[in-house]
Amino acid sequence: MARIDVRKTYKLYIGGAFPRSESGHSYEVQDSKGKFVANAAKASRKDVRDAVVAARKAFPGWSGRTAYNRAQILYRIAEVMEDRRPQFVQAVQQSEGGSAAAAGRQVDEAIDRLVWYAGWADKLAQVVGNANPVAGPFFNHSAPEPTGVVGVLAPQSSSLLGLVSVVAPVIVTGNTTVVVSSYSRPLPAVTFAEVLATSDVPGGVVNLLTGDAASLGPWLAAHMDVNAIDLCGLAGDDAVTTELEVAAADNLKRVRRAPAAEPDWTAAPALSTMTDFLEIKTVWHPIGV
Amino acid sequence: MPVTASTAPSPGLSAYADVTASEASLRRFLHGLPGVDQVGAEARAAGLGTRSIKTTAKALALDLAITMVDLTTLEGQDTPGKVRALANKALRPDPADPTCPAVAAVCVYGDMVGVVKEVVGDKVNVAAVATAFPSGRASMEVKLADTREAVAAGADEIDMVIDRGAFLAGRYLQVYEEIVAVKEACGSAHLKVIFETGELQTYDNVRRASWLAMLAGTDFIKTSTGKVQPAATLPVTLVMLEAVRDFREATGVQIGVKPAGGIRTAKDAIKYLVMVNEVAGPDWLTPTWFRFGASTLLNELLMQRTKLATGRYSGPDYFTLD
Repeated sequence: MARIDVRKTYKLYIGGAFPRSESGHSYEVQDSKGKFVANAAKASRKDVRDAVVAARKAFPGWSGRTAYNRAQILYRIAEVMEDRRPQFVQAVQQSEGGSAAAAGRQVDEAIDRLVWYAGWADKLAQVVGNANPVAGPFFNHSAPEPTGVVGVLAPQSSSLLGLVSVVAPVIVTGNTTVVVSSYSRPLPAVTFAEVLATSDVPGGVVNLLTGDAASLGPWLAAHMDVNAIDLCGLAGDDAVTTELEVAAADNLKRVRRAPAAEPDWTAAPALSTMTDFLEIKTVWHPIGV
Repeated sequence: MPVTASTAPSPGLSAYADVTASEASLRRFLHGLPGVDQVGAEARAAGLGTRSIKTTAKALALDLAITMVDLTTLEGQDTPGKVRALANKALRPDPADPTCPAVAAVCVYGDMVGVVKEVVGDKVNVAAVATAFPSGRASMEVKLADTREAVAAGADEIDMVIDRGAFLAGRYLQVYEEIVAVKEACGSAHLKVIFETGELQTYDNVRRASWLAMLAGTDFIKTSTGKVQPAATLPVTLVMLEAVRDFREATGVQIGVKPAGGIRTAKDAIKYLVMVNEVAGPDWLTPTWFRFGASTLLNELLMQRTKLATGRYSGPDYFTLD
């Protein structure tokens, strides 16, 4: 007798827990050939609100950790992903189509990307910080600090590599984040949330919402307690991007504008992926007192 | 804010004169009160908590809740500067929005009454905790002196704690006489009696304490000091609201209710308002008869209010911490 499939309804990842959407809504996720795979929770604006509260609560603890410790935790995420490699390969292949080998390369690249960013945690300040020469008896230092809670609209087509490429640079510097995953390809993100929950990342540092970036984006962009937003998931949609930029202006959010088309995620990332979500603090300290 | 105190003893109250005549009769009366159905009370409170209050009703509820807040700071580290800042916040909770109403009162320790009074004048009431708050473990002379001092400093309202030790030991008459004495020491100031329901163990005790305090002539009954967990909960407040409703039916005297401690979100506050309306009735839906003892709640209410007005979520950065 054939075994009956377990039909799954995945949940959101907020504050280290896996709640259902406050709205109770979910939506059907199809594979690349249009076949039903599972149900995913459809996040509402109130889930965005809760996620921002969780991210804000996690911020002092996460940004207060040593850079070295954050590096270890990012590295740990990579380790756990490596353990779950077959599951990721299957999820990526299911969502994006193509061969298992191609999906495998995506997963490998995503894991390598995490390791790469992990290495940056305690080096970035040395690269973008500075001891400034000043005409007076002062030490004058500039050092990067995390900006706070960062909203991220993850790429729509690259479901895992793209997601990791926008989340890792945000959290490695000490920000906390609310991420809206790809709408049609959310399952690798759900698995990634399960990895985060089991790899020493404090609850609330990454909050993953599956849902529609175009409907959740405005709430995130206008939210007064979000300090920056990455609009990558709206790539190619210039009108909406501009609308969200306007909404984000109210509390002077840092905005990383959506590119005209989704970039090639296998290319080496620029430092700006991290520095776009940093504040530079400059300290004057008297000499010889 | 004008407060209508029940000064003259009501004719209805005199019917209870022999109840409070002796320890035995008081105990017989209090233990003769119908018991509280714990499961029923909790289910009813949970049921009322599911009401959906949206849009214009929500806007009204938020403003009403703000006017009912007793903005409280009761910490050993209170400085005159902090209290002054809090008093200013009470007058104008949201400086960015002149349509935001003032809160009902500022609640502080007795020695800070003068500081608050200087700032708020007569625009907002000043409530002082007295009678060896929060434990209530002091001699009667000390408690009365504490009360008189706060009233002399200009307190409009006195929040007293009952002697829970005496209450739990069954010495009801002692608690009764303490409340009567403190009420007398209050003079024209309003008296709120704090039960510390987290220490009373059962809902039956909450009901008994409510009746005891009401018979003793209090103006308000208040759940908790905020120093003990659990503080105010919906079911406890439900039992107290039933008590004030029944008391008014029996005697014609209306008593106010103040849940305090543990009410942190605007949603919680609205649940309480729904319960007040459904259990006690709309007569209690004014700052004269219902108050929230809270500190962090006010910012939550302001954030929700801002969200309704602007259509976007606000953040804690835009409101003062204290």
